[in-house]
Parts: sequence; structure tokens; C-alpha cells
Amino acid sequence: MSRTTNTWRRKATGLTAGMAVAAMALTACSGGDSGGDAAETTTTVSQADIDEAMTTPTKLTFWTWVPDIENQVQLFMDEYPAIEVEVVNVGQGADHYKKLRSALQAGKGAPDVAQLEFQHVQSFALGDNLLDLTPYIPADTGEDYVDWVWQQVQSTDGSKVWSIPQDAGPLGQLYREDILTAHGIEVPTTWDDFAVAAKTLHEADPNVYLTNMPGNDMGQFAGMLWQAGARPFGWDGDQEVTIDVTSDEATKVAQYWQDLIQADLVSVDPDFTDGWYQGLANGKYASWAPAAAWGPVFLQGTAANTSGLWRAANVPQWDASGDPVSANWGGSSDAVLASSENPIAAAQLALWINHDPVSTLKFANEQFLFPTTTDTLANPEFTDLEPEFYGGQQVNKLFAEISETVPQDFGWLPFMDYAYSAGQETVGKAIADKGDIVAALQAWQDDLVSYAEQQGFTVK
Amino acid sequence: MTSVETRLPAGRAPAATAPPRRRGPSPMRRRENAAAYILITPFVVVFALLIVVPIIYSGYLSLYREQLVGGNTFVGLENYSRALSDSSFLSGVGRMAVFLVIQVPIMLGLALLFALLLDAGVLYLGKFIRLGIFIPYAVPSVIAALMWGYLYGTDFGPAAQIAERLGISAPPFLSQDWMLFSIMNIVTWSFIGYNMIILYAALRSIPSELFDAAAVDGAGRIRTAVSIKIPAIRPALILTAIFSVIGTFQLFTEPNLLRSLAPNVIGTDYTPNMYAYNLAFINRDSNYAAAIAFILGVVIMIVSYTVQLSTQRKERAAR
Repeated sequence: MSRTTNTWRRKATGLTAGMAVAAMALTACSGGDSGGDAAETTTTVSQADIDEAMTTPTKLTFWTWVPDIENQVQLFMDEYPAIEVEVVNVGQGADHYKKLRSALQAGKGAPDVAQLEFQHVQSFALGDNLLDLTPYIPADTGEDYVDWVWQQVQSTDGSKVWSIPQDAGPLGQLYREDILTAHGIEVPTTWDDFAVAAKTLHEADPNVYLTNMPGNDMGQFAGMLWQAGARPFGWDGDQEVTIDVTSDEATKVAQYWQDLIQADLVSVDPDFTDGWYQGLANGKYASWAPAAAWGPVFLQGTAANTSGLWRAANVPQWDASGDPVSANWGGSSDAVLASSENPIAAAQLALWINHDPVSTLKFANEQFLFPTTTDTLANPEFTDLEPEFYGGQQVNKLFAEISETVPQDFGWLPFMDYAYSAGQETVGKAIADKGDIVAALQAWQDDLVSYAEQQGFTVK
Repeated sequence: MTSVETRLPAGRAPAATAPPRRRGPSPMRRRENAAAYILITPFVVVFALLIVVPIIYSGYLSLYREQLVGGNTFVGLENYSRALSDSSFLSGVGRMAVFLVIQVPIMLGLALLFALLLDAGVLYLGKFIRLGIFIPYAVPSVIAALMWGYLYGTDFGPAAQIAERLGISAPPFLSQDWMLFSIMNIVTWSFIGYNMIILYAALRSIPSELFDAAAVDGAGRIRTAVSIKIPAIRPALILTAIFSVIGTFQLFTEPNLLRSLAPNVIGTDYTPNMYAYNLAFINRDSNYAAAIAFILGVVIMIVSYTVQLSTQRKERAAR
């Protein structure tokens, strides 16, 4: 973490005082309307435009499913009394995206600002639905965010900023210290150790599995590919997509889990279902691995009766000798829709609530969203928390360190909802059926290529 | 108007005088017609807006292909030919055909049995039982699916817990092999009452002379049911059968909700309706989804018509 709290404060003051930084970074003004045209017409916005927009009575609509986000929005409205923000929750995840797409297709009813998970940012950027935020935010905004996180919200060539990061999910592992200790098992630091531990544990107690590998969570699976060095997806921002889910690295991941699953050393229950919650609470799973940085708090709610028994550790490594490598699972951001009639105010909202130190710390400590700004990640008010559930371990500090070990260059397809759905029906099904996961990778690949071609993309 | 016709001189061909009189309806008839048109206008408007226009629009959509890259192009019937060789769609239709053949006879058979028992008055607490059988229909299908999903649960559901007490393992209700039957069970549970009420109402409207005649002939309760009651309510039976055919092919809520419990057993193409939905909202291919919906409509029409024709033919043969 290179940035200090001092630079943060300096910057924050500058920002809240009226985006003075923006004035330096940006040049001439021209209205504030962005047609979202494919032809690269970069509209620039001056500080005067921003000042004017932020003092003109404006009503913004903000679609998000983050609970109690009204608190952050209220801080924003206190800062800019002329702006009134209506927060609307149209459903979480898939429901939210369906409604958003319908509104975009209908050409009306879309909000000004909308929450987008990282993997869906490019999907919405396709078709010029998102406003390029570059002219609306200080040029060095990206420096305040973790590098790999910032990468997630940019266009593939890095020339545009599609959204402002809100939360992230670096991978670690959560484990039951009592169960591992009872069987004399060390916390596995490599995937090889993990496999041995899985065998030892399950043989010692057939009712317990070291972890559960769900067949319905392509987000977690993508995180595993990311950690193993696979780069299965890519998009050039135009017509060319990269699809490579059968690479050596991906095959290594598939083979690894296939071996464990077929030997019945890990369970294959679908996650985020009642049975799975039950499994976490009653000790059927001795760990949740890999788990994301939002996992610790999530687990506290799910398995409250096991408080004090859990601990967190780095995600097991493929290569024991090198620097630790993690990856990401989940995380979201706030984007401005190109159709917004108030792009300046909307962009300021998206930036402010995810950039202001008070607001971001609130996200971290009240809504338990894992932070994306380097300063909140270094803020002792966040890192020094010692939750009893983890026996007083400073879980946030650990995950903040893990966050620095996430490789940057992981891209997405502009149709991840299809990619995940097809992945679940091939790879996921093979996992659930304890079948041939490696062969399923090929089926997934074929599926993705034929879909991409059907949709007019060129596949690289 | 009738008085005019009755005054026609005998022996004169009515055809000669009739045409001029038929030029227009009488003022009275005209007023009646106007009232009829006004009364059916709201129906026609709603029908046009909510049924006809969407059908025409989806028919129009189904002739195009909109790609994520490359825009919208007219492709004629290409979406239809694609559907006819689409294993996802065909397997969904096949699955629903199995469902139809097994579930509908069971459901309608039970509904008929209960209706006959209630009608014959052989049940104690008849009103209470009637309400009890009907109540599941009043439970929204979303709630029903969630509730049964809980009952089916492999770790925590009551079936699993009872089985565990007894030291045996509960049937894997949510597994690949059992899922279709588990869904059949939910649908049957939900709709027996609904069909029973239709059949029961039809039974109540059978003229009582028929029973008197049967009694005179010495027919017992079972004989009366088989020879008089069931034939008399044949139109109601056909109606419930056609509703069930349509309902089967439209199956969506139950599998869609159980999907969250068994995501790898129920795929996005489990039923044709789910497939169309996922094509539109996950695959972002609303044109193809429209074509699938259209073909599904045609399949439903054909199957419903077959049901109707075959029962009518049986009826004719019976006479």
C-alpha cells in the first residue's frame, strides 16, 4: 500500500471542496451531454460545469441492492443539498440486471446510477449503455483505488472508466480451527497440502469434508481460474472476444477438483442454499475455501452458533515458492447510464459515495462491503477490528493484505450472464454429478464460442 | 317481426317477399345489437391489447435476429428452423409430454374421485373435506413450491428427519431421477381442488330425473356414477383436461423455484417456458425466445385439440 493517510486527506479535502482537482485535469467545457456515441467524442466537463450542476436542483434515481445505502446517499445529499437522490431496490443481482436491461431496451425508465458487479460492467458497456466517466472525474482517481480493482471498471484498452468501484472480494480461506486441531491438521498453505488435508480429515471423520465445491457458483470458479493464472475471457471493446476456458491452467484447476470430488474428499452441495448454510453451521464443512473477503461477515450471520471457532487464512497456493497469489470473487461498482439527463450530478454521486472517506468507511464497517480504496484498506478503524467470531483475529487486516496479491489482468466477456449460465450447465453439472470436469471445460468452451459467433463476435 | 311473417298469404313462396324485409334489422334488433357491441367492447379492447397485439408483436420479433454485435436483421423463418433442431427445446417439450401423460391422469382421476364422493354425500364432514382439498389451490404456486422445497430438503426436511429416525435414508426428492415426480406431486397437490370444484359443480347440475330413473332401474351408487354421472359431466372433464394440457406446457414457477435448491438438476431449459424465459433474459436473444414461445403455443393448440377430438370421438363411438 503506497498511499498514506495524508495524501488521502489532502485529496479528500480537495474533492469535497468542489472537485478542484477536476479543474486542472480537464480542459474546455461543452454542455454536459454525452450521447454515448460509438464515435469517440470525448465530452469534457469543466469545474464551472460541475459547480453549476451540483447547485442546480436535480433529482437522481439510483438502483442498488446494498442495504442501508440510504445512509451514504444522505451524506452525499448533505454535501450537495440541491441534489435529491431516490434510492430504488429493484432486486438483487439477476433481477436487478433484467430490469435494467428491460429499461434500456425500452429506452425509458432506466435510473441515472446503477450498481453493477465487476463481471457485468463490460456487458453493459457493450451497446453504449454506460457513460464514460473519464471527463467527469479527476484524472488521477484511479490512483486512490487498488490497482486490480480499478482495472475491473475500465474499458479493456484503459481509455474509459465505466463505473466507480464499491466493494471487492479477494480470495482467502475460512476454516474451523477446532476441527483441524482435533485431527492434527495444519492449515493448508498450498493446494497440494489442501488435498492431503482433505483426505486425512475425511478418513478420520467420514461426516466431515474439508470444504465444499459447489456446482452452481461460476463466480467462485472464475476466481479459482484467476488465481491459477488462467485468463479465460477477454474483449477488445469492439467485435473480438477471447474465449479460452480449456487452457492448461484451467485444466489444472478442473483436474484438481475432479480428483478430490471423485475420491469423495470434498462435498458438492450447491452453495447459498439451505443445505449449505446448514453444512456451515453444523460442521459438515471444516472450511470455506476459497472464500471471498465478504465471506467473514457473511459467515457470522449464517453460522452464528459456531462463533469463536473460525479463523481466516490466505488462500492455498499453487506454487509454494513464489509470492502469494490470490484472485477475486464478487465485488461491485456504481455506473452512470448513458441515458441519464444529469450526467454530471450522477457521476458525482457514483464517485462521492465510493470515494469519500467517511462514506467508504461506513460501507466497510456498517454494510461490511470489503473496501476498494487504498486508504480505507489501510484505515485502522477498519483493519484493527477483532471480531469475536474469529477468536479476535484481525480478519480485515489479513484480507487487506491479500487484496494486494490479486493479479490485475483478468478480463471478462461482454456476455457474462450467458457465460456463467452455460458454465453451470457444463462444468457445474459435472461437479454436481461427480463427473468429468475436464471434459466439461471443453463443452463450456464450445458453447461459448458458438454463442459468441451467433451474436456476431469474432472469436480469438 | 314475427307477426309480419305469420301474416304471409299461404302458398306464396316466402323467398319472394323475404329479401326486402331482410334488408336491415328492425329498430328493436338494431338497439339490441348496439347494446351487445357496447357491452363486449371492453372485452374486445382488453383482448386486443393484452392478447392479440403481444402475439402479433412476438410473431414479428420472431422473424428477426438481433445480435449483440451487428444489429437487427430480418431472417424469415430461421429462428423456427433453429428451434426444430434445438435439443434444449425438444428435450423440454419431451419432458413436459412425460409429465402430461403421468401427472394429468392422476390429478384428474383423483379430482373426479373426490368430486363423486362429495356429490354422493358418502363422506363425513363433506364441507370440511371439500374446503381442505381446495385450499392448496388458494396457496400461490410460489409459496407452494417453496413449501414443498422445504419438505423435500435432504438435510433438514421432515421427510429426511423422519427417515433418519427410522434409520433409513429418505428418497432423494431433489435428485435427477426424482425431480420430475417431485414437481408432479406439487402440481397435483395444488390443482386437485381446482379441478374437483369444476367437476363437482358439473355433477350438481345433472338433472335429478336421471338419478330417479337409474334408481328405478336398480342402479347402485357405483353404477350410477359410471353410467350416468361421468358421461353427464364429460364436457367439464374435457375442459379440465385442456386446462391441464395448457398448464403443463406452461410449467414455470415450480421448477424455477426448485432450481435454487437443485441448481444442477434443473437446467435453464428444464421446461420450454423456462427455456424461452432464459433465452430472453440470460442469453439476450428475445427474437429466438419469441419463436420458441410461438412454437410452444402451436404445440399446446395441437395437443389440446387432440385431447378434445379424441374424447369427442370416444363419445360418438359410445353412442
